[in-house]
Amino acid sequence: MIAIIDYKAGNLTSVQRALAFLGYDSVITANASEVLAADRVIFPGVGAAGTAMFDLMRLKLDTALLEAYGRGKPILGICLGTQIVMERSEENQTRCIGIVKGEVLRFPEKLSESGGGRLKVPHMGWNRVEITRDHPVFDGIDPQSEFYFVHSYYPAPRESRNLLGQTLYGVPFASVLASANLVAVQFHPEKSGRPGLRLLSNFCVWGGKDHA
Amino acid sequence: MLSKRIIPCLDVRDGKLTKGIKFKGNIDIGDPVEMAAFYYDEGADELVFYDITASYERRDIMIETVQKVAERIFIPFSVGGGIRTVEDMRLVLLAGAEKVSINSAAIRDPGLIGKGAAAFGSQAIVLGMDVKRVSPSQKIPSGYEMVIEGGRTFTGLDALAWAKEGERLGAGEICLNSIDADGTQKGYELRLTELIATNVNIPVIASGGAGAVEHILEVFKEGMADAALIASITHYGTHTIRQIKSYLHERDIKVRMTW
Repeated sequence: MIAIIDYKAGNLTSVQRALAFLGYDSVITANASEVLAADRVIFPGVGAAGTAMFDLMRLKLDTALLEAYGRGKPILGICLGTQIVMERSEENQTRCIGIVKGEVLRFPEKLSESGGGRLKVPHMGWNRVEITRDHPVFDGIDPQSEFYFVHSYYPAPRESRNLLGQTLYGVPFASVLASANLVAVQFHPEKSGRPGLRLLSNFCVWGGKDHA
Repeated sequence: MLSKRIIPCLDVRDGKLTKGIKFKGNIDIGDPVEMAAFYYDEGADELVFYDITASYERRDIMIETVQKVAERIFIPFSVGGGIRTVEDMRLVLLAGAEKVSINSAAIRDPGLIGKGAAAFGSQAIVLGMDVKRVSPSQKIPSGYEMVIEGGRTFTGLDALAWAKEGERLGAGEICLNSIDADGTQKGYELRLTELIATNVNIPVIASGGAGAVEHILEVFKEGMADAALIASITHYGTHTIRQIKSYLHERDIKVRMTW
């Protein structure tokens, strides 16, 4: 069973619908023991880091997630979930879970593309992800594929071994993180068409080993 | 870098498309779910559903349609038409839409924008704007006035001021429809699009007037739009989304070419 962690932070039904389309049952849960009983865990979310951490701690889901990670269960972070696995976030100056070393930063105020055009924040829409090394979760995904993003903050991992994918929006930023049995994506695979579905189906069969 | 989005718009009434859409081979598709699936396969970046149902049962029918669409396509889509309360928004978003679009309801009750943004995040709230060209005046300095009821009623609101106010209140995106250009197939209202797109910090979807690929190119290049809403240009089989995107791609507009 796949557990989708529910901490009232966003549209979780769309992740569940995408898994159902792929033929996988999942449970949306805020129950820490249900998270620990699952074979694999998806950690989604939209919203603000401060509120999200508050709710996670209240529900003891922060420790459940750390324990699931420690036990080697495959974990997929999505959007805010990806930021929450870092050590801390500039958003509401929030201390986060800290599975991946580094911070979450806001896109600069005056962001512009190389040609000088002004870039709007949030970064919203389809963008490329440059995968820096092979990983089972990106198996069979065309490198030209684009994914759907909606965010104003991005993770900045301190160690390069945690960087699996990079995206350019005024500045280059880490759009995919990897750490042992965790993969975390800043975009929404459940809203990214076929490449996104391929990523989810790869995750659903992934044993949790990173061969880097 | 971000791709410019191509967004087909589907008008729905009583759970059916208002015009059966004819493709090459004259296949007439009247079912919005099938149509959504078709455009998903074709490479649409997002879809917009506009519900013009007038009946009392409208909400249930729309929610059922949204649920079926969400089970079948995995790109963002928004739903507009008849959304008047936060509860309406909640039902549509829970059914699987990524965004809701509010138009006249936001003019009648601007607080609805902020309430929606607080409950679901700005990214879920699209401010739909129907705009008509008027003589610039003290009240309407931009020369573009907000209209409701399909353009029949003038509101006395300046379009540029309203766009900025909508952003301030928490809208995450603007869908900007020119009533003057709508249905003409003679091109988007470029001046209006550029005026709004360069004066707000949220994405602007240009709407109304697309009849040829050149129109889409110019609304990105000159209108500075982030996305282009299209309808008849693809609904009747004149162009495919791939043809539109290839045309743009060859002219250095970044669009999503792999799906």
